[in-house]
Amino acid sequence: MSSTQWEAVLTMPVNEDRDHIQGPADAAVTLVQYGDYECPYCGAAYPIIKEVQARMGERLRFVFRNFPITTSHPHAEQAAEAAETAAAQGKFWQMHDLLYENQRRLRDQDLHAYAQRLGLDVELFDKEMAEHVHSGRVHEDFMSGVRSGVNGTPTFYINGARHDDSYETETLLAALEQATTVRGRGK
Amino acid sequence: MTNTKVHHRATPLPPGAEAPDFELPSTPDQKVSLAEFRGQPVILAFYPEDWSPVCSDQMALYQEVLPEFQKSGAELMGISVDGVWSHLAFAKDRNLHFPLLADFEPKGEVARAYHVYRAKEGTSERALFVIDADGIVRWSYVSPVGVNPGADGILRALENLGKEGAS
Repeated sequence: MSSTQWEAVLTMPVNEDRDHIQGPADAAVTLVQYGDYECPYCGAAYPIIKEVQARMGERLRFVFRNFPITTSHPHAEQAAEAAETAAAQGKFWQMHDLLYENQRRLRDQDLHAYAQRLGLDVELFDKEMAEHVHSGRVHEDFMSGVRSGVNGTPTFYINGARHDDSYETETLLAALEQATTVRGRGK
Repeated sequence: MTNTKVHHRATPLPPGAEAPDFELPSTPDQKVSLAEFRGQPVILAFYPEDWSPVCSDQMALYQEVLPEFQKSGAELMGISVDGVWSHLAFAKDRNLHFPLLADFEPKGEVARAYHVYRAKEGTSERALFVIDADGIVRWSYVSPVGVNPGADGILRALENLGKEGAS
């Protein structure tokens, strides 16, 4: 073939200081998700990830990065910024869960209510949201995804390689388990 | 998800080839020709049909990445065999703000010229071309029809144009 082929790999490595991470740094396998809080497919993936995390326990490290497609999802950008704004107050994952559990309620007043519910400094939250303090971070996530071949949401990477198969629970688990054995053999 | 049905993919017009010129309607009363963009890079994104789920994701992604394409001075155009009225409705519904060209009559003529027409289906392949300021194809790629090729290949090709200092 005369056309260029390339492999889709994670171009921005997982960084313990920068990324939002659940699970130990030395876990057997790392799963990175690029997601959009308003995307229904990501909503469907949300409980699957929870299930996979429960079943793999400490053997799995899970990383979430923002990939809002505002062309299709008008509230996705502000939802992503809300998660990052909550992260600045140490509650990224709590906000992340609330957003996915309330995907159809992502208007400004909803986000404000979630900040209240999580006990954040709401005044600071509102100020940072209004000033888009964390939009740069969201964009950095987004562009790292574009560069890594994210072609829709959700897109997953297992130990840095794009997972092009289904993200249905058993398929995803099998792929993750497979990755642990490959890595084990390499050691 | 990914449709893995075996399908023989076309071999697109390769790098180094002169990009065939064309003039296609972008709206009911406007036409766009490739020649008018001489002097800047052009991204041609052939896609099979308006409204089909993968196309929509792909075009939404390109809309989102458009500012990055524009940093290279590149013009992005989508092309399918759909007519202008379908394109207009599709662009409005999906908030797309780049031209969608109607390769409608004679049907698929431009897709054929770029070697990405699927005669059996009567649509084009899902194919990407990056054309340089001199009208030369510098990168081409055909994706499986059910797979959104993303934007990383385009960005890389645009950067390579800069590196080679062709213009």
